Amino acid sequence: MPNFIMSYLGSKVTPGEAGNQFWALIYVLIIFAGVSVAVICMNWIERKALAHFQIRLGPMRVGPHGLLQPIADAVKLMLKEDIIPAEADQFVFWIAPLIGLLAAFTVYTVIPFGPSQAVSDMNIGILFMLGVSSLGVLGIVVSGWASNSHYPLIGALRSSAQMVSYEVAMGLAVVSAILMTSLNAKGTGTLSMIGIVQAQQQQGVWFIFKFFPLGFLAFVIFAIAMIAETNRAPFDMAEAESELTAGYHTEYSGLRWSLFMLAEYAAMIAVSSIAVTLWLGGWMRPFPNLLHAPAWDFIFSLFPGLTFLGLAAITFVGVARMPPQSFFKIQRIGLAVFAALLGFIALLLLVIAVAGRTADTSVAARFREGIDYVYWFVLKVAVFMYLFIWYRATWPRYRFDQLMKIGWKVMLPISLGVLIVTAIVGVIFS
Amino acid sequence: MNPAMNSAFNAGMAPVATPWFFYVLAGLAVASGVAVITRRNAVHAALALIVTLLSVAGLYLMLYAPFVAGVQIIVYAGGIMVLFLFVIMLVNIERSSKERRFNRIWPVGLAAACALMALFVSAFVKGKALFPDRGMPLPEASNTQQIATLLYGEAGRMGQYTFAFEIASLLLLVAILGAVIMTKKKI
Amino acid sequence: MSERANDQTNDASNRALSSTDRSYLDLETSDKTYLDSNELVINMGPQHPATHGVLRVILKLDGERVLGTECVIGYLHRGVEKIAENRTYTMFNPYVDRMDYCAAVSNGLGYCEAVEKLLNVEAPARAKYIRVILTELQRIASHQLWLGTHALDIGAMTPLFYTFRDREEILKIFEKYCGARLTTHAFRIGGCQYETYAGFEKDVKNFLAFFAPKIDEYEALLTTNRIWLERTRNVGVISAADAIALGVTGPVLRASGVQWDLRKAQPYAAYSEFDFEIPVGTNGDTYDRYLVRMEEMRQSMRIVEQAVNAIPEGPIMGKVPKVIKPPVGEIYHSIEAPKGELGYFIVSDGSTQPYRLRVRPPSFVNLQALDIMVRGLLVADVVAVIGTIDIVLGEVDR
Repeated sequence: MPNFIMSYLGSKVTPGEAGNQFWALIYVLIIFAGVSVAVICMNWIERKALAHFQIRLGPMRVGPHGLLQPIADAVKLMLKEDIIPAEADQFVFWIAPLIGLLAAFTVYTVIPFGPSQAVSDMNIGILFMLGVSSLGVLGIVVSGWASNSHYPLIGALRSSAQMVSYEVAMGLAVVSAILMTSLNAKGTGTLSMIGIVQAQQQQGVWFIFKFFPLGFLAFVIFAIAMIAETNRAPFDMAEAESELTAGYHTEYSGLRWSLFMLAEYAAMIAVSSIAVTLWLGGWMRPFPNLLHAPAWDFIFSLFPGLTFLGLAAITFVGVARMPPQSFFKIQRIGLAVFAALLGFIALLLLVIAVAGRTADTSVAARFREGIDYVYWFVLKVAVFMYLFIWYRATWPRYRFDQLMKIGWKVMLPISLGVLIVTAIVGVIFS
Repeated sequence: MNPAMNSAFNAGMAPVATPWFFYVLAGLAVASGVAVITRRNAVHAALALIVTLLSVAGLYLMLYAPFVAGVQIIVYAGGIMVLFLFVIMLVNIERSSKERRFNRIWPVGLAAACALMALFVSAFVKGKALFPDRGMPLPEASNTQQIATLLYGEAGRMGQYTFAFEIASLLLLVAILGAVIMTKKKI
Repeated sequence: MSERANDQTNDASNRALSSTDRSYLDLETSDKTYLDSNELVINMGPQHPATHGVLRVILKLDGERVLGTECVIGYLHRGVEKIAENRTYTMFNPYVDRMDYCAAVSNGLGYCEAVEKLLNVEAPARAKYIRVILTELQRIASHQLWLGTHALDIGAMTPLFYTFRDREEILKIFEKYCGARLTTHAFRIGGCQYETYAGFEKDVKNFLAFFAPKIDEYEALLTTNRIWLERTRNVGVISAADAIALGVTGPVLRASGVQWDLRKAQPYAAYSEFDFEIPVGTNGDTYDRYLVRMEEMRQSMRIVEQAVNAIPEGPIMGKVPKVIKPPVGEIYHSIEAPKGELGYFIVSDGSTQPYRLRVRPPSFVNLQALDIMVRGLLVADVVAVIGTIDIVLGEVDR
């Protein structure tokens, strides 16, 4: 058995590529669980961060500092009465959230957490991701229809029109990143996600910095388009509360509504992963070429452990700052246990980092590599998640026609221009 | 379980359970195709059409053409079908769901379908005789590249479709302009 | 509901220029029919997150554009004016707070001054200064509430919390002064009942020091924000002539370019002794109204600073008889409330209860401008325009 695990960990290809169904299934389950946990964390962070932006505390009662709030919300939503409008189309009403969820989760098949840490490295990875994201639009359109009500239908059609418009700019920005992968000796690029990160590795520069400011412009266009794709502020007119047309998920209650929210957050994480893979170097640690010495490798490999150590320290401070009344005793104990857990994870990570510091093929080294890859990838995606919340707290929302105007009249020409100039510059410099 | 089961034939994914997948996908495509024309509810028919298109994309994958499969999903299922659904939802089609489904001249339709079926069967049976040049199945990894070379390569044997491609995009531009002009109230 | 006729759909930018063409004010003309008419009448309900109270707005739409609106009010009508006929003047004083419940102090000021005029009594100087300080603080608080809710309607959810948090400081001062935060009943006929508490001046000065950077904070979030500009520029334009014709007053009028503020035009309660400016806008759009109110907050701070440094000593209550029986006559007195001209028309028949008390609420008159402002706009802008007029239904319905 250990040989089996070791032989797998030593493989340089993804399980899909190796045709290894068992490991592919394990990976799928890990990703499914991971994304669900990530969505739960994201829910908590959103409420807390939004509250702190607004000079208030956010959830504090359910669990220490509201840490159990997402679980309480999930339980509440599951226990709610499942109301289906009488005239609604039963089958379509039932299937609509599932379509969106399916589209959002299928994207994770090709997201590369490391050079061999992906479910499958398809040759057309990025194309697959774009295609499956566009299937998510169907879920929204169908859910608006199935509600059999005027306002959700209009809201759904608007949402989907918005998503379709920004898919164009998104696609063009993606194309200019793909273009940059072909600036190598062979002259051929690649559509595979792992190949794109490896191209950045080969060319020694993250694509966001390549041909500055072209890569940066493409990245900015994608960053804006992905906010519009996921219907988040400032492009959330279709699901805003103070508008006349309510959102497409008005008639959904309880578990079905939570499926929509799950799909939305999963889509947010998925498009952030695309942005990270294409422009921010995927799983690569910062400054892979500039700071190349083994000492620097070691220092950067300490980061996962140090991050968890920092989190544990903050949590311990939270424990110390709990009010002394006996009412908070359970919360204090719970928070202390959580802090201890974080500290334990930190210790484990640090031990692995120290034990596997040489780049040989020992168990610890392989674990360390894998953990590093996943850590840097997740850290970059987490930055994007925080940015999503920050945008929501800061900015008002665009009116729908202004939104469409920006998508077609501003983003599309700029992304076309960036593509053309990138191609010209790429030909000149190679 | 050997982690590496590469075949010498292609550098990508190894084929797994091919007949099973083929029958499932083909059956799904046929079944949802039948559902498209038999459903009363137009939205149900559109959803069934989406299932058909996705099954066809799966069949493309089995033919080692992943690029075509990806484009099929993006363009057909994700773009054109969304447009279909828009139109279905914006136009009131209540009336059509109450009409008779199969009208009186159905024998003619059946005869035409049988003729088409006979054509397909004969082409299949006489396949080798009709198309003697056996095309070399291309490795899956280079599907994108081959299409790109065909479309954008130098004129000559490769890149013989560049001009047609550009003309087609011009045609699409004209269609877009026409649609915009028709919908604006004042220009 | 009566059928509202079609009118010419004017562009927002054209309307501001056509000050002499009032044809669109005449709602009965109908000369435009078109074959592919896409007209729709929808109802923004009395219950709606964005109508600032129980206001019902019936919108007549052409596709997405608004052709006309009809406001249905009265959901908060409590018969305040009729109640006034059965209460003595002193008893009625707490009722006026409940009309514009976001700016109760100014309501009380208007009422007390109107009755004082009827009685031919003047409040002493010290009372006037206290009145000015509290009223200007209330103006700041009212504008803060307006800013928070207006920004929330347009989608910026954070300024709401900032403004409410800072408004708490003003409400704390009110609570220390008269015991209530919202419906303050701060003034009495003839002056003030309560002497300023020990530390009042210090509290007010602390608030001024605390608040000065806060306005900059609000402005930093909104004033140069591209999204805010796009949502508020050229949205809800009303020209100066239209505003005057409709009787609109307050920041809405001043944003259209008319320099008319009752504190300067018809000074009352010690305003003539202070040095302050009246901010005036140019376009009459939502953005100008926003800028005018922000600047008004700053000018109010200026007034409070001058006043709190110079409160004269003396009595706080004028010579008012125990039983208030004004002589037969009538009076109309108006003040510049945060939302516009708040007027009281009192007819006295010599008894202790007014014969008729009519309130001219600024929100009620300003709401008429909604129809003009939203013509040709999109539905999503209606919410922004309702917010920018700054209405309080308690005042509109009384």
